[in-house]
Amino acid sequence: MLKDITIGQYIPGKSLVHILDPRTKILSAVIFMIALFSVNSPLGYVSMGIFTFLVVWLSQIPFHYLLRGLKPVLIIIVFTVTLHLFLTPGSEIFRWGILKITVEGVRQGVFMGLRLIFLVFITSLLTLTTSPISLTDGLEYLLSPGRKVGLPAHELAMMMSIALRFIPTLLEETEKIMKAQMARGADFESGNLWRRAKNMVPLLVPLFVSAFRRADDLAMAMEARCYRGGTGRTRLKELVMYNRDYFTLFFMVCFLIYAIITRYI
Amino acid sequence: MPMRIVVEKVSYIYKKGTPFETRALDDINLTIEPGEFVGLIGHTGSGKSTLVQHLNGLLLPSEGNIWVGDLDVLSDKGNLKKIRQRVGLVFQYPEHQLFEETVYDDVAFGPKNLGLSPEEIDVRVREALTMVGLDIDSVKDRSPFALSGGQMRRVAIAGVLAMGPQVLILDEPTAGLDPKGRDEILEQIAAMHRSLGITVVLVSHNMEDVARYANRVLVMHRGKVVMDGPPRQVFARTKELQSIGLGVPLVGILMERLKELGYNLRTDVLTVEEAGKEILDWWRDRNNA
Repeated sequence: MLKDITIGQYIPGKSLVHILDPRTKILSAVIFMIALFSVNSPLGYVSMGIFTFLVVWLSQIPFHYLLRGLKPVLIIIVFTVTLHLFLTPGSEIFRWGILKITVEGVRQGVFMGLRLIFLVFITSLLTLTTSPISLTDGLEYLLSPGRKVGLPAHELAMMMSIALRFIPTLLEETEKIMKAQMARGADFESGNLWRRAKNMVPLLVPLFVSAFRRADDLAMAMEARCYRGGTGRTRLKELVMYNRDYFTLFFMVCFLIYAIITRYI
Repeated sequence: MPMRIVVEKVSYIYKKGTPFETRALDDINLTIEPGEFVGLIGHTGSGKSTLVQHLNGLLLPSEGNIWVGDLDVLSDKGNLKKIRQRVGLVFQYPEHQLFEETVYDDVAFGPKNLGLSPEEIDVRVREALTMVGLDIDSVKDRSPFALSGGQMRRVAIAGVLAMGPQVLILDEPTAGLDPKGRDEILEQIAAMHRSLGITVVLVSHNMEDVARYANRVLVMHRGKVVMDGPPRQVFARTKELQSIGLGVPLVGILMERLKELGYNLRTDVLTVEEAGKEILDWWRDRNNA
């Protein structure tokens, strides 16, 4: 149920993927996404698949962990695949009433499904192998050129890290409140849609109250340590790019070029 | 109808199949008789909270089974609702589950879910609020969020009592309360145990509380029940308790020190009152001799 949500979870490790600089990983993930959305041929998708599984293997993250991350988005994937399957015009191979499946539809459906799956895998890997702190540091660094045009890079990064940090906490809280209300006879699992929505009230009200309480406490704790935003802030651990980072980025750029080329061969 | 709870070879594994897999309960066998006042103690992470959530079917055992009276938690999902009505569980910081607009409605949430008539609900709510020592007329129309911490906790406990449970489990009911609030709530629980004859399971970090109220103490360590007996017996095993990171009531330590210093005193005392009496008796005996 709620345990299946793995967004923002970090599994410590010492693999090559773990030790890369967070900036490298974020940039690589972005480049991968561009590449993933530019391929349009079986060869391209096979390459994307090989790349994805290679990274998964390198990261030494147990595979079923990634599969679990897939569960919450399964509906979206199934929905997308079905839509493409039935709504793409082209040469028919099967017809049932007004529903028809075309060769182009099968092709498009499979491609879209794979695209989403690889996307979820790689983005999950990013957070699974990078601690939230280094992820934010990396993001802040990458966003900092935007400060000249008034982009609050530090604040954005801080907000993101706090949000990531609180996902597991809030999930835990949700589960706890659910149990407490179930002990009082609440039922979250049966009834029609309207009833179910109404049954959520005893869960959502306490959850909001506790989220606000936590936010208050956190703000207080930050103020107590003289937090005043990003200006003039220094780091204990400065980010350092090593050769492996430059090599990875170089490889990713080549990979992107290769992905674009597969469109035309 | 009095009910016993039987825990049969129960194990529970958290996050099975992940790197975080832990065995929170390890082959637990236990019978809780009707009318007992059980104190459950153990270090943080010893499995206390996991165990009590099994007793009303909120968590289902990975291995083994649990019987509440004639119902078991595994065979039929329909049993769970009945079990949760029979076994009331008050969580840690129960005031965090309050959600209704008025105190009255919040306490009525449980009985409403049981499908009782409005009259019956009214009776239950009044009884429950009285049991936790709140004045119904002054609180019933107030928002639960406008109450003091101690009052909120009472309302939350009343919300579970209104279900009419025959077994009441409280997970650290006094955490974060001041000494006066703590004593009042525990006294009310003890009073309910006496007058209604319900079974009480009190999970606590506070050895004094457990020593004072419980007539049976269970000690958990790493998912196992390592000691089980009357408080006097359990708290006499000071060294063992300390080796698993638990203490004994402070008066017990005091008496043991006094004995080490050569005073011939009993060391199996549980409360300050008992210790005072023991020392006075000893003093009189010495003066008489």
